[in-house]
Amino acid sequence: MDNIQKNLLMQIADLHSVPEGAYNIRANGELGGRNTTANIDIVTKQDKPGIDIIIKPNTKNESVHIPVIISKTGVEDLVYNDFYIGENADVTIVAGCGIHNTGDSKSEHDGIHTFHVGKNAKVVYVEKHYGDGDGNGENVMNPTTVIEIDEGGYLEMETTQIKGIDSTVRVTNAILANDAKLVIREKIMTHGTQLAKTDFTVDLNGENSSANVISRSVAKDKSHQIFLSNIKGNNKCAGHTECDSIIMDDATVSAIPEITANHIDASLIHEAAIGKIAGEQLIKLMTLGLTEQQAEEQIVNGFLK
Amino acid sequence: MLELQNISFIVPTEDGGQKAILNDVSVKIDDRFVAITGPNGGGKSTLAKIIAGIYTPTSGKILFDGVDITNKNITERANMGISFAFQQPVRFKGLTVRDLITLAAGKQISVSEACTYLSEVGLCARDYIDREVNASLSGGELKRIEIAMIMARGTKLSVFDEPEAGIDLWSFNNLIRVFEKMHEQTNGSILIISHQERILNIADKILVVANGEVTKYGNKEDILPSLLRGETSSVCSKAAN
Repeated sequence: MDNIQKNLLMQIADLHSVPEGAYNIRANGELGGRNTTANIDIVTKQDKPGIDIIIKPNTKNESVHIPVIISKTGVEDLVYNDFYIGENADVTIVAGCGIHNTGDSKSEHDGIHTFHVGKNAKVVYVEKHYGDGDGNGENVMNPTTVIEIDEGGYLEMETTQIKGIDSTVRVTNAILANDAKLVIREKIMTHGTQLAKTDFTVDLNGENSSANVISRSVAKDKSHQIFLSNIKGNNKCAGHTECDSIIMDDATVSAIPEITANHIDASLIHEAAIGKIAGEQLIKLMTLGLTEQQAEEQIVNGFLK
Repeated sequence: MLELQNISFIVPTEDGGQKAILNDVSVKIDDRFVAITGPNGGGKSTLAKIIAGIYTPTSGKILFDGVDITNKNITERANMGISFAFQQPVRFKGLTVRDLITLAAGKQISVSEACTYLSEVGLCARDYIDREVNASLSGGELKRIEIAMIMARGTKLSVFDEPEAGIDLWSFNNLIRVFEKMHEQTNGSILIISHQERILNIADKILVVANGEVTKYGNKEDILPSLLRGETSSVCSKAAN
């Protein structure tokens, strides 16, 4: 692995070398390394590009890393990754994609991740998207996440895109059974002329299921963001969706939260707020000795922390 | 320390005219603890904001340790040694109490140092240090964090705009102790806008601002009795409201 690939790996997965435990590294559309453990198997799909990650029931405190790195220009990569998380397992899954594009051609990675979370299983899923490179070629990522949580299961998804992705359409669809719980935390920062669209749909089908979808974003320069979220309460359930955006420069942001109650005992809330950094926040930090620019950075970094 | 020379602050009115919020204010502040009092709308907060650089005066000059700072911006004045505690503290989504105290100190400080400042203002440090300075904090908690930030800065001049506003009676007694201690320990000057007799009582000097002008300025012993006799109706004789 060269230094560019190592840097991408660090940006998306905080990894300085190959991770401990199970992993599958995909580099420029090809297998760059794999390790399986007694409880976690990774199998290459035969019918289409991608892998199956099979986690045995009762697997505790293990992790799987499946980073994707693209360091060549003009690579267009599409993968299907399916996660089968056995009953009562408690695992952390770290995905993420880094593109380093110094050429003039578009580099694109579209990942379709499907999670089958077994009964009473607990999953923390961390996903980071990052791009760099000074070429004119676009960095494009269109992740699709499909989540099915069985009875009493729990999935927490942290998805972050801070820098360098020119265009992204992020689609997440979740279906929850009885007593299942889903928490999604999204953080996005766009700059330049970037486009980021996120689209969450959650079906709360099970009794006492719950979902909390929280998005925080900062839109700079001439970038454009669209936030769509639809939580459907189809049973006795609780749903909450919240979108909070800081808008700067000539950026534009649309927040379109939607909640649908199809059951008398569905309790659903949506909140959305878009605004620039308050002048008094800047002034307060300037009275502590920061310049206006430093104050702005502190506020943005804190907001996305 | 601080000298205001012929400061005026004139704003346009809705009917196309002009209004002087401050009119030819000249005052010299050298003492450890000076309280500014006077009726609401008299120009006290405007004066404090002009000192901090938030407002630019229409005319006049501000000298800080003999240096003309009239054209210095907020950041420059902060770095020269002026601190300003807001009357209505600002909330920040995502920034924690520890973040703000660290920024105020201007350097990395240990958790125990940060906690010391919080304890000084009567907050149980452990419960607050990692809390976000957002809408979950009450007005009184924010005011105390605001004061802790000024303590962490430890600058030559600290300006407080009505630190007692929004603080409950129980906390008020602690607040008085905080300012008494500051009076003993400060290496610079404290300038505090207040309506409270007990705060005015700590002051070395009292400055009365009304209708945009300095109407009285002198030693506490000379000014306070006349205020308490009701010659200026702005001072409460009770501890808190």
